[in-house]
Amino acid sequence: MIELKDLNKTYKTAAGQVSAVRDVNLRIDDGDVFGIIGFSGAGKSTLVRCINLLERPTSGQVIIDGTDLCGLGRKQLREARRSIGMIFQQFNLLSQRTVEANIRYPLEIAGVSKADAAARAAELLEMVDLADKARAYPAQLSGGQKQRVAIARALASNPRIILCDEATSALDPITTRSILDLLKRLNEQLGVTIVVITHEMKVVEQICDRVAVMSDGCIVEQGSVHDVFLRPASDTAKRLIEPAQNALTIENTPNTLRLAFTGEESGAPVISDMTVKCDVMVNILSANTENIGGKAFGQMLIQLPEDEAARQRIRDYLDMRGILYEESAALPPAEAAPADDAAQARTERAKLEDAAKIEGSAL
Amino acid sequence: MSPELIQLIATGVWETLYMTVVSTLISYLIGIPLGVVLYITGDGGIRRNRAVNLVVGIIVNVLRSVPFLILLVAILPFTRMVVGTTIGSTATIVPLVVAAAPYVARMVESSLKEIDGGVVEAARAMGSSAWQMIWKVFLPEAKPSLLVGATISLATILGYSAMAGFVGGGGLGAIAINYGYYRYQSDVMLITVALLVVIVQIFQEGGLKLVSKVDKRLR
Repeated sequence: MIELKDLNKTYKTAAGQVSAVRDVNLRIDDGDVFGIIGFSGAGKSTLVRCINLLERPTSGQVIIDGTDLCGLGRKQLREARRSIGMIFQQFNLLSQRTVEANIRYPLEIAGVSKADAAARAAELLEMVDLADKARAYPAQLSGGQKQRVAIARALASNPRIILCDEATSALDPITTRSILDLLKRLNEQLGVTIVVITHEMKVVEQICDRVAVMSDGCIVEQGSVHDVFLRPASDTAKRLIEPAQNALTIENTPNTLRLAFTGEESGAPVISDMTVKCDVMVNILSANTENIGGKAFGQMLIQLPEDEAARQRIRDYLDMRGILYEESAALPPAEAAPADDAAQARTERAKLEDAAKIEGSAL
Repeated sequence: MSPELIQLIATGVWETLYMTVVSTLISYLIGIPLGVVLYITGDGGIRRNRAVNLVVGIIVNVLRSVPFLILLVAILPFTRMVVGTTIGSTATIVPLVVAAAPYVARMVESSLKEIDGGVVEAARAMGSSAWQMIWKVFLPEAKPSLLVGATISLATILGYSAMAGFVGGGGLGAIAINYGYYRYQSDVMLITVALLVVIVQIFQEGGLKLVSKVDKRLR
């Protein structure tokens, strides 16, 4: 179990003190896949580096299986780090070693015999499906293959925990999916606890059980992925979950319903089926859904009919299908960053142009 | 060209190679540890230590800023103490090493600084000790760059060795000065200079070939 207690990390810079992590309290249970999500600069990478003390916290405790890492000496800390694997956005493989030698590295430094290390490396290469690349060098591999090597390397010393720092952010969507599948499989088969740092909600949706939302160095919200996904309480979570809604001006649209697809529903034509079964007309205001491994993930915002009876039929239908939903007045517009302002302005302009086109065609 | 002259030049080539190669090797034996110390105690190093970094840095800078010809003369007593004489090729090795080792230390430091910070972070995260980092990460990862540095150092030390000819050192430099400069035999001067150019060229090409063979990032 990982426990972070009153964790703070402050940097001294020329411009003064910068608090990267502020009063973070977090508990991650054994066998969990725990997501830490936030926008760039929220402090997630610093936080994850505090877990294996790559960054030493300014104050607070990092307790892993009952031991406070901050109190350990150099040698003991090295031992502790060997039970915490880590993978990175840029893979960070040793460029002058073969794939096999990269995987052997953590065993070499732990004093495992050559024969045992070679046997373990072969086993791990098999596990990540790269047995044929044992003698290749990292430069000869694709991004996804490099990350598989990094995962095998992180697993070599049989860690209880694996930290993933934006592990899929440099990969294309298909490779991302396969890496996440691999991580999930390792979690299920080996029971290893996985901490995932990401800025992408879809990564959290796909593999995490629980999630903490970070903003400005603080954890602003945490809970099961379902709960946070369905009822995001913090502005940050809302903005992370509903990027599509920022583009829509629905502030004053009453009777909207937000559907959350969290992987239970397959590719069934839910909306068509609903309109037929419930005999209603709905207006889809925005949709941001994705089919991941035959399961639907994402959000859809629909406008409900005026008629209360029809609305009730929709609720009943969704309950019957087991689809999560939330009836909402529209969310307040996000406090947009300057870059978002520009994007917002572009969308507004595009909409005006679209409206003009429609008018034009009507004439 | 007389057989004596050919014999003389052959000996000169041999002495030059001997001085250059032996000095480079000894300079690296001293320069690598110094370069590693500068790297790991410097900003962002794994054993940050301002005092050590400052002291080693100052010694290196002082030695590097003394012009070689002056250093050569200034340390004559030290040279005599080490090898028992101040003339000949072996005696020249002493000032060559004193001049080159600090230079090599900086070359090594700059090669190590090129190592990807992410790789260093990964090695730390895996629980590597400082020694393991140095032997298994820093030096192997920097190997191609270190070899490029060694190629440059070799050519620089060769140049220094020729200067030693002025104060009784051996090698092609001494021949160029004694025959070409003092006796106005410009043909001898030309031959020695041409040979020096050829040797530098061979070192340079050979070094780069070796680097491209050794560097696993280039394929």
